[in-house]
Amino acid sequence: MPNTQQLDDLVVQVRRDILRMVHKVNSGHPGGSLGCTEFFVAMYNEIMELNEGFDMDGIGEDLFFLSNGHISPVFYSVLSRRGYFPVDELNTFRLIDSRLQGHPTTHEGLPGIRVASGSLGQGMSVALGAAQTKKLNGDDKLVYSLHGDGELQEGQNWEAIMYAAGNNVDNLVATIDLNGQQIDGATEDVLPLGDLRAKFEAFGWDVMEIKEGNDLEAVISGMKSAKGRTGKGKPVCVLLHTVMGNGVDFMMHTHAWHGKAPNDEQLEVALSQNPETIGDY
Amino acid sequence: MKKYIDTGKKDTRSGFGAGLTELGKTNANVVALCADLIGSLKMDEFKKNHPERFFQVGIAEANMMGLAAGMTIGGKIPFTGTFANFSTGRVYDQIRQSIAYSHKNVKICASHAGLTLGEDGATHQILEDIGLMKMLPGMTVINTCDYNQTKAATMAIADHHGPVYLRFGRPKVANFTAEDQKFEIGKAVMLNEGTNVTIVATGHLVWEALLAAEALEEQGISAEVINIHTIKPLDAKAILDSVKKTGCIVTAEEHNHLGGLGESVARVLAQQYPTPQEFIATNDTFGESGTPAQLMEKYGLNADAIEAAAKKVIARK
Repeated sequence: MPNTQQLDDLVVQVRRDILRMVHKVNSGHPGGSLGCTEFFVAMYNEIMELNEGFDMDGIGEDLFFLSNGHISPVFYSVLSRRGYFPVDELNTFRLIDSRLQGHPTTHEGLPGIRVASGSLGQGMSVALGAAQTKKLNGDDKLVYSLHGDGELQEGQNWEAIMYAAGNNVDNLVATIDLNGQQIDGATEDVLPLGDLRAKFEAFGWDVMEIKEGNDLEAVISGMKSAKGRTGKGKPVCVLLHTVMGNGVDFMMHTHAWHGKAPNDEQLEVALSQNPETIGDY
Repeated sequence: MKKYIDTGKKDTRSGFGAGLTELGKTNANVVALCADLIGSLKMDEFKKNHPERFFQVGIAEANMMGLAAGMTIGGKIPFTGTFANFSTGRVYDQIRQSIAYSHKNVKICASHAGLTLGEDGATHQILEDIGLMKMLPGMTVINTCDYNQTKAATMAIADHHGPVYLRFGRPKVANFTAEDQKFEIGKAVMLNEGTNVTIVATGHLVWEALLAAEALEEQGISAEVINIHTIKPLDAKAILDSVKKTGCIVTAEEHNHLGGLGESVARVLAQQYPTPQEFIATNDTFGESGTPAQLMEKYGLNADAIEAAAKKVIARK
């Protein structure tokens, strides 16, 4: 198990990876990626029980599904640094003939990806299906998923949320990245989500919150707690409060960096706030 | 010719139900999902025999497609069941991203396709589904003609790895193919050899094509009839071999002429062997309420229409 310093270093390095990836191709989604860096580092290094190597069926290991696929930079960085594919391959993000498509896909066979995502609102259904198969297979490992908050505006989520509770899918932990921002502005202005805790609870879910979603220790301890709430008859929802653009001062607390890459000068400033730790790709 | 005998009218959806029941016994990985239409899809038997492998998802087709995609992870073979309209147009993006683009081994089984759903009208009929599904890269598209063939196809697609769209219907129609037939995906079935005109038909129009061929024979016209149960991948060789002999072709389907079997055949012919072709299909229109027979008559999708089209295309040679 890595010590806290190693994980802190990894968080900073993943931020650098995200910034350098989107800068190189002048496209991609740094804001949400930076906001979820601690979550991904925690999941792939502390929380999930994973087999060596990658197998699509994932029998006997925890599974993870990213529903808001546009935050692919953080997903790719963390997967590569967990050993799913060479870290150098981050150089190919969004380039022609790359396995690292703009949004994650299985099409090019990138290890670690189990479904395409990016067209929003579909990931919870897929995660539920995988969770149902785990039960059929007598596999006691868990299924985790991550969803954007704005993404909950898609109606399919509410079909899935209703289904999960109605069918006692209690081997699923669905985390909502509550950063309060979406492309056109604050979710509160675009289409208010209302009281998400009350909504999930009304649908029959066990809901918990992680208030400090950019504090690595808080995320680890929160997700451990979420894990402990599985297997009790209800699906588990984690409301993860994060700051979009976390770790780069001029990218924080705004939707402006949802889908915009930094220019050369901005990259320099952003990287100076996140000095190299375990080594750039 | 009278080579084919209607052994008693049966609905193709019951062929699906029977096939699924068989699969329940023979393939432990098969799971079934249904969006509040168990009776309509004839999934009762599977549900009764294998409650742990049956998933009632409610009136929530988008979630059903995503669930099915997810269930493949870990080795299950999900069969989804609802009307063709709600199996395709309503959930196109879910199928596109979570199933087709993601290469998931899901079998999308669609009943009540075409006009012959009848009285419910255009909201529940669909004449665009073959086009929608055949445009998806990697999707296999099958439209079966009778009870026996639908049962055989249902069992065959479980052994094919990859997404499949299986289309069938509501009304009772002639059951004339062999009970013990082997169903080969992508392989056209020669029903009647002929020399003057080729008729390739799919789904409910295969029987109508046979009736048309009998009528033509009485008038001294020899029609070759081919059952194209798999629209994608299309058996181009069977079509080309036939038109090289007959020199003209009629395509027949219970679907819009835009996006259907006829267009797939036309593409093959245009590239490899330009041949006069007539289309038995609907003409860029929605359906309406009526009995199946009335609708097929009004929209020109029966044996009489095929016979007239055959004569017309022969004259164009």
